[in-house]
Amino acid sequence: MSVLVYIENRNGKFKKSTYELVSYGSRLAELLGVGLNILSIGNVADDELKSLGKYGASHVHRLAADMSLDDKSFASIISGLAAQTSAKVVVMAHNLTGKAIAPRVAIRLKAGMVSAVNGLPVLVSPFVVNKKSFSGKSLVQIEISSAIKVITLSQNTAGMVEKPSNVIVEDLPAVSIYPATRVLSTEVQSGKVLLSEADVVVSGGRGMRSPENWKPLEELAEVLGAATACSRPVSDEGWRPHHEHVGQTGKVVAPNLYFALGISGAIQHLAGISSSKVIVAVNKDPEAPIFTAADYGVIGDLQVVLPKMTEAFKKLKSGN
Amino acid sequence: MNILVCISNVPDTTTRIKYTTDQKEVDYSGVQWIINPWDELALTRAIELKEANPALIQKITAITVGKADAEPTLRKALACGADDAIRVDASGVDSFYTASQLTNAIKDESFDLILCGIESSDFNGAAVGGMLAELLDWPSVSAVSSVNIENESVKVTREIDGGKQLMETGTPSVLIVQKGIALNPRIPSMRGIMTARTKQLKVVPAVEAAAQSHILTFAAPPQKSACKIIDAENLDELARLLHTEARVI
Ligand SMILES: Cc1cc2nc3c(=O)[nH]c(=O)nc-3n(C[C@H](O)[C@H](O)[C@H](O)COP(=O)(O)OP(=O)(O)OC[C@H]3O[C@@H](n4cnc5c(N)ncnc54)[C@H](O)[C@@H]3O)c2cc1C
Repeated sequence: MSVLVYIENRNGKFKKSTYELVSYGSRLAELLGVGLNILSIGNVADDELKSLGKYGASHVHRLAADMSLDDKSFASIISGLAAQTSAKVVVMAHNLTGKAIAPRVAIRLKAGMVSAVNGLPVLVSPFVVNKKSFSGKSLVQIEISSAIKVITLSQNTAGMVEKPSNVIVEDLPAVSIYPATRVLSTEVQSGKVLLSEADVVVSGGRGMRSPENWKPLEELAEVLGAATACSRPVSDEGWRPHHEHVGQTGKVVAPNLYFALGISGAIQHLAGISSSKVIVAVNKDPEAPIFTAADYGVIGDLQVVLPKMTEAFKKLKSGN
Repeated sequence: MNILVCISNVPDTTTRIKYTTDQKEVDYSGVQWIINPWDELALTRAIELKEANPALIQKITAITVGKADAEPTLRKALACGADDAIRVDASGVDSFYTASQLTNAIKDESFDLILCGIESSDFNGAAVGGMLAELLDWPSVSAVSSVNIENESVKVTREIDGGKQLMETGTPSVLIVQKGIALNPRIPSMRGIMTARTKQLKVVPAVEAAAQSHILTFAAPPQKSACKIIDAENLDELARLLHTEARVI
């Protein structure tokens, strides 16, 4: 019996979220008193796979397949290995891939599934997990009663615990796949910090006034090594691309630090940011609801405050 | 071509969530019900596609799993422009239960494309669309932010981590859609509301399906401590606090 963790790579490299997932799997396996298996699909070098040993990975299965598999094929590979390793729990990240594939894996394994789980289970027998519902307005405890369970883990909810282990890499035989969906072209967002991976996020709302005013916001993001984001009206207006839209109907983010600049703090926006560790709000209206969600607030006009804030962080970063 | 749009009946996004005194259930008294925001966009896009090419798309059906009190939400879908509707007479328990009911309800119908929202704003399960595709053994594309149909080829854009992909899929397929699929949700016209009353709303009985997960308790999220206000003239203080107190930079 085991815990099976499916991990993704980007151009053959792992991100912090991957190590978090592996560390989670390792602690979950320990709680259950079973072994841990990791599945990596794509071309990842031995050294990179071995780096997972720092967080408790010991047995890594590599399928050096092309990553442009369709969802059905992905699910069949993951559930195949789950069956072969007698997985009791299959763990994936709660990201675009997890959302697409975990439900299919659950059906194949006749497993109960809970998505966006927060941290380790509260109990393992019965198996009870925590998650948010009503877009962050409520916390629920859910029992999964099936013999096999599939869960997707919310990013930044489990932390990382080092547990050095030796890694054995085992190559899985190639599979022949007849994809039902075809990728015609891929457009990669280049150079910038990805919103889904960022530790710091600088987000602008309608209070930024116009798309031209994003330059100082981007400067702040640059100084902090942050990803940029925005509220829904900003992306609806086309001031910023859709993939930056944060909130109930956009992305849910959980960085260490979230800057809400000229964002009023509507409940639908808060739904996307409430898991952030620290929220800083800048708004000229002291009554803006964002201040009830923020840890630190500055009351003032962004035209004036934003450049000064960037200067202050520059100074801090350069150590004076 | 026939399109099915899966609709979840959810509390308005501004609803304050209350619980029964034992914290085991949500107290839905006084709640305003709406079409789940992503489902509303999916429905909007289906209607746009049909309007653009009525010769190709014959029918749009809206389906929900819910008791009779979900019917106003289905009627709204009809008023927006769906041609008919199906209600599976059951209360959802978990994603598997809901997906099983949907699968059963459409087994004798012939749909070419099923659109589902990427999650519902109540239990945020993000699973029904994928489960439905697997139960039907159909291909699926998730995180879809645009759909166009050319002959029998369905071209979609999907978001991937750090970019997007243009994809092609055939029929039948399940498309699990998110933001971008349509800009503004359709609002029913007066005429739409009138004709919705005469459109068919079929009620299908539930089938046996064992839910595999159950909510045990609800709780309110922990309260935030009060916001520290920093003088706009002293932003070095903000930088200092984030560095030494919050330790996030
Ligand atoms: C079903 C549904 C789903 C939704 N989903 C989302 C979602 O996912 N994400 C989302 O963000 N919204 C969402 N919304 C919209 C949400 O209700 C709000 O309308 C939106 O978040 C407001 O965006 P905003 O804060 O940028 O703009 P506003 O509410 O207009 O706020 C602008 C703020 O900027 C301040 N301001 C103005 N000028 C300055 C200045 N010079 N200096 C400093 N401050 C200034 C103002 O005081 C104000 O507080 C949704 C709504 C619905 C109905």
